[in-house]
Amino acid sequence: MQHKSKMAGADGDDSLYPIAVLIDELRNEDVQLRLNSIKKLSTIALALGVERTRTELLPFLTDTIYDEDEVLLALAEQLGNFTMLVGGPEYVHCLLPPLESLATVEETVVRDKAVESLRKISQEHSPVDLEVHFEPLVKRLASGDWFTSRTSACGLFSVCYPRVSSTVKAEIRQHFRTLCSDDTPMVRRAAASKLGEFAKVLELDYVKSDIISLFTALASDEQDSVRLLAVEACVSIATLLPQEDLETLVMPTLRQAAEDKSWRVRYMVADKFSELQKAVGPEITKNDLVPAFQNLLKDCEAEVRAAAANKVKEFCENLPEDSRETIIMTHILPCVKELVSDTNQHVKSALASVIMGLSTILGKDNTVEHLLPLFLAQLKDECPEVRLNIISNLDCVNEVIGIRQLSQSLLPAIVELAEDAKWRVRLAIIEYMPLLAGQLGVEFFDEKLNTLCMAWLIDHVYAIREAATCNLMKLVEKFGAEWAQNTIVPKVLGMANDPNYLHRMTTLFCINALSEVCGQDITTKQMLPVVLKMSNDQVANVRFNVAKSLQKIGPVLDSNALQTEVKPVLEKLDTDTDMDVKYFAQEAISGKYTTLSIFFLYEVASLGPRSLLVVLVLCQTHRSTMCPAECVSQCER
Amino acid sequence: MLFNLPVFIHLYERLNSRNDGRCRTSNPIHYVFQTDQSPSSLEPNRASRRAMSSAATTPPSVDKVDGFSRKSVRKAKQKRSQSSSQFRSQGKPIELTPLPLLKDVPAPEQPELFLKKLQQCCTVFDFMDTLSDLKMKEYKRSTLNELVDYVTVSRGYLTEQAYPEVVKMVSYNIFRTLPPSDSNEFDPEEDEPTLEASWPHLQLVYEFFIRFLESQEFQPSIAKKYIDQKFVLQLLELFDSEDPRERDYLKTVLHRIYGKFLGLRAFIRKQINNIFLRFVYETEHFNGVAELLEILGSIINGFALPLKAEHKQFLVKVLIPLHTVRSLSLFHAQLAYCIVQFLEKDPALTEPVIRGLLKFWPKTCSQKEVMYLGELEEILDVIEPTQFVKIQEPLFKQISRCVSSPHFQVAERALYYWNNEYIMSLIEENSSVILPIMFASLYRISKEHWNPAIVALVYNVLKAFMEMNSTLFDELTATYKSDRQREKKKEKEREELWKKLGDLELKRGLRSDGIIPT
Repeated sequence: MQHKSKMAGADGDDSLYPIAVLIDELRNEDVQLRLNSIKKLSTIALALGVERTRTELLPFLTDTIYDEDEVLLALAEQLGNFTMLVGGPEYVHCLLPPLESLATVEETVVRDKAVESLRKISQEHSPVDLEVHFEPLVKRLASGDWFTSRTSACGLFSVCYPRVSSTVKAEIRQHFRTLCSDDTPMVRRAAASKLGEFAKVLELDYVKSDIISLFTALASDEQDSVRLLAVEACVSIATLLPQEDLETLVMPTLRQAAEDKSWRVRYMVADKFSELQKAVGPEITKNDLVPAFQNLLKDCEAEVRAAAANKVKEFCENLPEDSRETIIMTHILPCVKELVSDTNQHVKSALASVIMGLSTILGKDNTVEHLLPLFLAQLKDECPEVRLNIISNLDCVNEVIGIRQLSQSLLPAIVELAEDAKWRVRLAIIEYMPLLAGQLGVEFFDEKLNTLCMAWLIDHVYAIREAATCNLMKLVEKFGAEWAQNTIVPKVLGMANDPNYLHRMTTLFCINALSEVCGQDITTKQMLPVVLKMSNDQVANVRFNVAKSLQKIGPVLDSNALQTEVKPVLEKLDTDTDMDVKYFAQEAISGKYTTLSIFFLYEVASLGPRSLLVVLVLCQTHRSTMCPAECVSQCER
Repeated sequence: MLFNLPVFIHLYERLNSRNDGRCRTSNPIHYVFQTDQSPSSLEPNRASRRAMSSAATTPPSVDKVDGFSRKSVRKAKQKRSQSSSQFRSQGKPIELTPLPLLKDVPAPEQPELFLKKLQQCCTVFDFMDTLSDLKMKEYKRSTLNELVDYVTVSRGYLTEQAYPEVVKMVSYNIFRTLPPSDSNEFDPEEDEPTLEASWPHLQLVYEFFIRFLESQEFQPSIAKKYIDQKFVLQLLELFDSEDPRERDYLKTVLHRIYGKFLGLRAFIRKQINNIFLRFVYETEHFNGVAELLEILGSIINGFALPLKAEHKQFLVKVLIPLHTVRSLSLFHAQLAYCIVQFLEKDPALTEPVIRGLLKFWPKTCSQKEVMYLGELEEILDVIEPTQFVKIQEPLFKQISRCVSSPHFQVAERALYYWNNEYIMSLIEENSSVILPIMFASLYRISKEHWNPAIVALVYNVLKAFMEMNSTLFDELTATYKSDRQREKKKEKEREELWKKLGDLELKRGLRSDGIIPT
């Protein structure tokens, strides 16, 4: 390493890259230029070589840390990757001074980035360097005057703790303890947020003796912003402790947090409920968390109820198997029932997004008896989001009891959502159509939903029309070409005569989407004539979409139709007065000829395996949808 | 650290005139261009996106399924939303035994009845349920009204036992966790604030507390046992209330406490510091910044000279960074007032203040830039010539950038400096330094700016410069072209340098594999 770094050092050419010029770049008056230079700091270091980077560049950087935060952020990030540029791990401590200054900057993003880089390079320190250089830096930061350096210190304890001697360890613990009771809430928040991480690297005895008392103190801090962070730490701490200690060391605090007077803290408990549940184990869950969860579901603040409602399914899933059903039926379900008619729509929609998941846990009988009424109630909810969430999770229920049970109430809900004033709601329901169609069966669909699907085609929002065409394609995939021919193709083609040109274009878009799934026969016999006829449309947009459509459906048509019918029309469009029409006609002609020429290649392919390979390559470049299948059949021969 | 009386009174009058509870706007600037979320980022399934920040201060928004109708829908419903946040125990109706009126009992019995009434008023009602406990709510309201009158006119009621009871009653009523905000990104300029539902009681409690603090019999030496640091801390947290009426009362309350409790002053300042720092660097959300700054304005005014290091630190590390916040327009007037107060106290602070502003100068927000320019003019109005010389170079480099801003309001605001007589005189004195800095952009704009009004203003400025220092002006005109060429050449050299460096990196990266990270 020594040798290599010397070589690299010798490579730095003074005459070519005088430090002054480079540093001038870093000092450029224009912030953007300065930022660019800093982002290429590694290049500058490279030009200087490792030795001059250490002796000249780094001191300069350390001295001039007063700049735009954006520049400092880039610098903090760069320095994290600088180990090799200063000569490898044995010199990595040279990077500490500039990073130390950056870790005291006011702007949070800069400081966080500096801490991140420090954490990164701490791994590259040898144990000795860690004690000689790194740990003193942590101590300096931890006892800094201004709160910024102390907050930064909080993030550094856990990376150096495992690799230092026991005396230093004791010091580190002491510093952490001091910061947990710091005067400024900013520092306490930083300490609280690192409490879990720090606990993980501590020896179990110290977790019990030190961490628990800190945890308890932070969890009863006067500021709720500190207390809520202690909830997060609670998860990690509970995981570390043996089961028998949890009751005495963690649970009092957790119980208190679940009933905290600040909704933010209770929200946090609700939000972390699944993690907490896993960390404390089944026994405590049964005795303590179930009532706590009930309370959160009944909380007076909608925020909290919504967070808890989100966790209903996960919580139930993770209950111990032996008592799961009883707990759900006697404790959870009554609360869930109330939430179904909650006054707040966010609560209801949070519940709706998970409630269907309960059916798999409770089984068929319970679902029919207890859950079904709730699903039905939510399907009729006044808020579209709630209904949508129920519909989007129908598959869970389908597995257990089959969707038929729901179909009676499903339909009105779907119809209403399909006509919702918000186009995003309509869009969302369209996306579930194929799924619903699959589950409800073709008969039911034809009877009830087909009209809806067709109505979307003439929606006044383009995104809906687009989704509707795509939906048709998926439906045909499910129900087959014959069904398409009988039910939807006539309607789609009928729109070609609509007075509204947007609807006429929708016909073309539908044909684009449907031609492939409907197959050659339907496309050539039914769709193609309509497309060709539309080439005489008076609206240019329709005409150039004809050209586009012809290009799209080309691969599905047979070569005869291409030659005798498509080609003349495209050639006519090529002489159109509108430049866009011309453009797309030309595009289509060149595209069409690729399809045509592939027929030729196809002939070639039959000559032998080597020419087949050529064909395959050509097919890939032209992305013809037809050819690969043909070639594969050739291959088989 | 004496309290400056005229300002104190002035503030008090303003406070009182606003106590009618109407919402006010503190700032005339109202162009807000809110960036709407692009449709692609709006997913229908809001639940999945509901990641709350660690501080959990951003509750979910109103229905966001359709990104386009949100604002209009909210405008349409004129009804003001209300919320309350008492962590209430649901259920049982509350019963209070009616007590006789204070004026109906003989004077010696009054203090005890007063205490009893205070205790009754500790009961807190649920105002979100508009139908519950109607009778008792009315009873408490009339009792509170009676108490307000009583502390205003009566004498000899303030026994030592009364202090803890008063503080307890006030604490029970006003201290509560504020409810989550109704909308996700509550924009105080656009959205109607959510009003506190329990205001009919709360207002009277505040009113009572202020009368109590202002009462002639009030003795801070006794009260300080109860109005302590913890009390103040909770009071400060209430400044985040969305209800402007409540913040107005809080302002008066805090002002009285700061005035009467000398022992709490340092603590109050420190906690306001913390609130601001959290606001700037952590959450960007706090409703009461303008109110706190207003109080600070009068506090700063009372600072003794020479200023303590603590106060200077507050200026540089807290007030200046406050300029970076997104919602600056909501409290800019108050902030600028504080800054100017500091500079009037100690002109030596001008340099760090101006350098701080230049450091945080907005890069993309023109509206903020206009505010910065306004504040800078206020500062320049009180600047001492010796201080001006110290910062003129960086300052005018920035002004020259503003003058050439394509946003005409920014350019216009900067050019208005030349209408300010005092600033003009400073520029004139230092024209040999300022003219070369300004010349290039002025010259360019006079030829290129799209807005004719700006071009006209620039001509005036150029004319003024010509009259000030015609020799230098002619020189600069003559060398304008060659200067531009020199700049271009320099630019080219830079590019070449970086190209060489880039080549080197490529070469090194290939040659000594492993040593150099690419």
